Amino acid sequence: MSSLVVENLSIEFGGVRAVDGVSFAVEPGETFAIIGPNGAGKSTIFNLISRIYEPSNGSIHYGERNLLDVPPHRVVNLGIARTFQNIDLFEQATVLQNLLVGRHSRMSRNLLRDFLFIAGARAREREHRRKVEDIIDLLQIAHYRDQKISDLSYGARKNVELARALCAEPTLLLLDEPASGLNQEETDDVSFWLDDVKHDLGVTIVMVEHDMGLVGRVADRVMAINDGKLLAIGTPDEVRNNPDVQQAYLGIPA
Amino acid sequence: MQIIFKTSYDQDINILSKRGEYIRVTLLIVSMLAAPLFLDVYYLSELGLLLVYAIAGIGLMISTGFTGQVSFGHAAFLGIGAYCHSILMTTGVPFSVSVVLTTLFCGFIGMLLGRSASRMHGFYLAVATLAFLIIVETVIGEWTSLTGGYAGFLVPELQIFGVYLPEIWQQYYVDLGLTLFVVWGTANLLRSPTGRAFLAVRDSELSARSLGINVEWVKIQSFGISAAITGIAGILLAHHLAYLSPETFGVLESLKLLLMIVVGGLGSITGAIFGAIFVSLLPVLLSLLRDVLPGAISQQAGLEPMLFGVIIVLFVVFEPDGINGRWKKLLHFFETFPYYRKASFVRQKRYLKTERMR
Ligand SMILES: Nc1ncnc2c1ncn2[C@@H]1O[C@H](COP(=O)(O)OP(=O)(O)OP(=O)(O)O)[C@@H](O)[C@H]1O
Ligand SMILES: [Mg+2]
Repeated sequence: MSSLVVENLSIEFGGVRAVDGVSFAVEPGETFAIIGPNGAGKSTIFNLISRIYEPSNGSIHYGERNLLDVPPHRVVNLGIARTFQNIDLFEQATVLQNLLVGRHSRMSRNLLRDFLFIAGARAREREHRRKVEDIIDLLQIAHYRDQKISDLSYGARKNVELARALCAEPTLLLLDEPASGLNQEETDDVSFWLDDVKHDLGVTIVMVEHDMGLVGRVADRVMAINDGKLLAIGTPDEVRNNPDVQQAYLGIPA
Repeated sequence: MQIIFKTSYDQDINILSKRGEYIRVTLLIVSMLAAPLFLDVYYLSELGLLLVYAIAGIGLMISTGFTGQVSFGHAAFLGIGAYCHSILMTTGVPFSVSVVLTTLFCGFIGMLLGRSASRMHGFYLAVATLAFLIIVETVIGEWTSLTGGYAGFLVPELQIFGVYLPEIWQQYYVDLGLTLFVVWGTANLLRSPTGRAFLAVRDSELSARSLGINVEWVKIQSFGISAAITGIAGILLAHHLAYLSPETFGVLESLKLLLMIVVGGLGSITGAIFGAIFVSLLPVLLSLLRDVLPGAISQQAGLEPMLFGVIIVLFVVFEPDGINGRWKKLLHFFETFPYYRKASFVRQKRYLKTERMR
C-alpha cells in the first residue's frame, strides 16, 4: 500500500494563489477530509493530484511514484480514481456503459481486434462485466443499470459516479463533495457506503466535504485550508476546535 | 414499460438482444439479398448507391456521432478513396488488393487529420476540416498527371479475381457485402472498449481522461477508422459514377453527408442508414419543390445547398434525435400498446454543468 505525500504544493491563476504551499500526507487505509470555505482551493488540490492542472511549485508522490512525471490519463493506472464536484458522467450513455468505461484502465484495447470482435473479445467483456456487477451490488444501483444518465435523478448520478470510480479498482479514491446536494437520508447512505468501500475494498479515501456531520463520522483526520493556505491538520475534533479554523471557516471570532 | 428479463450477460454483449430486433434485421437482410429478383436495373442501381451512402454515413457517424468531433471534410475521404482505387486499378492492381490499400491509405490520412483535430474544438475544428477538404479538392484538380485534373478520370470496370462484373446486380452484391461488413464491424466497435472510449470522449473529455483514456489518441483512432470506412464508400461510389471529377467531392457533398447523419439521428448506426434513405429520396423532393416554387427561385443555383442547410437547422432545433428517434418512439408505442404515454420520453430533469474543464 502506498501513501500520498504532497509537499509545498502551489498554483497560481493569473496572480491568484489558489493553492499556496500546502503540505500533507495521507497514510494507506486512512480516510482524510479536506475542509475550507468556498474558493479555499480544495477542488484545485484534487485537480492538481489528477494532473489536470500543472503546479507552479511543489511535489506530489504516491508511493514511489512522482505524480508530476505522469500524464493525466495515466494517473488512474497508479490506482488513483476520483469523482467531480459537479458530477461529470457520460450523459448520453447508459449506467452500464459508464461503469464499463470505469474499467478502462484495466482493459486492453485494440482497434482492429475490437472491430472484428475476435481473440476472446466476448470472454473479456464477460469478465469485466462481472467486476462491474460486483460494484453495482455493493452500491445497490442494479435497478438503473440500463438507464441513460440523462434520465437519472441527482442522487442516482452521485452514486453512479462513485461506482464508476470504484470500477477502476483504485487504492486511493478522491471524492469531491460526495454528499453535496443530498438530503439527510442520502447522506447517511453515503457514510455507510464509504465505510463499505474502506473496509471491504481497503481503499484510502481523500474527500472534500462541507457537511461536518459526515466528516466527523467517517474521517480519521481532517485538513482545513483557507485562501489556499493550510490552517490545521488533526483529528476532526482538534480541527473543529482550532481557533484559526473557527475564525476563518466558521466565521466565529476566536 | 416493457420489461426485458435478462438471464445472462451475453444478452447485453450480443449486437441484437431483443427478439423483435432480431426478426426485423433478419427480414431486412433477406429482402436486401432478394432485391435483384424483383427490382429493375434502375432501382437496383439506386439501391446500391443508397448502400454506398449508408457506408459513408456510418464513417462520418463514427467521428461526429460517436466521438463528437464534427467534420466538414469527409467528402475528401470519398474523393481520396474513389481516386486512389481507380488509379490503382488502372495501373493493374487487382480489386481486392486495391480495396485494402485504399482503405489503409484513407485511414492513414484520417489519422493525420485527427492528429491536428485532436487539439481543436467546435468552430475551429469545423473550419480546419473544411480547409482540409478544400486542399484535397484542389490537389485532385491540379495534379493532372495522376488524376486527369478537371478533365476527369475514367474508372476501370469492376473486376474481382480476374472476373469482370459488368451487370448491375453483381455490383449491387458487392455494395451489399461491404455494407454488411461495415455495419457489423461498427456494431462490434460499439460493444467493445474502443467504441466506449469514443462515446466517453464525446460526452466528457475530462472524465474520460481521469479514467485512463488517452483522449488525443482516441480522437486520432476515431478519425482514422472513420476515414477508412468513408474511403470504402468512395471506392464503391467510383464504380457507380464510372467517371470521376474533383468537383464531385466538394463542400456540397460534405454537407450532404452531415445532413444525412443529423436527419437520420446522431449517435447510432441506424441513424446513418435512415439518413442514407432520406438523402436518396431528396432529389425527388427537390424536383417536387422546383415544380411548386416560382421560376425565379427554383432556377437559382444555390437552391440545393440552401435546402440542405435549412433541413439541418430544422432537425437540430425540432428533432435532435432525428428519424431514428422518431422510429424508436414508434416502436415503443407498438411494444407497449395500449400503455404508451406521451411522457415516456420526457426527461425527468436536466442538470447543467456549471464548471467545465477540457
Ligand atoms: N481553472 C481556473 N482558472 C482560474 N481560476 C481558478 C480555476 N480553478 C480554480 N480557480 C480559482 O481558484 C480558487 C479555488 O477554487 P476551488 O475550486 O479549488 O475552490 P473550492 O475550495 O473547491 O471551493 P468550493 O467549496 O466552492 O468548491 C478560486 O478562487 C477559483 O476561482
Ligand atoms: Mg470545490
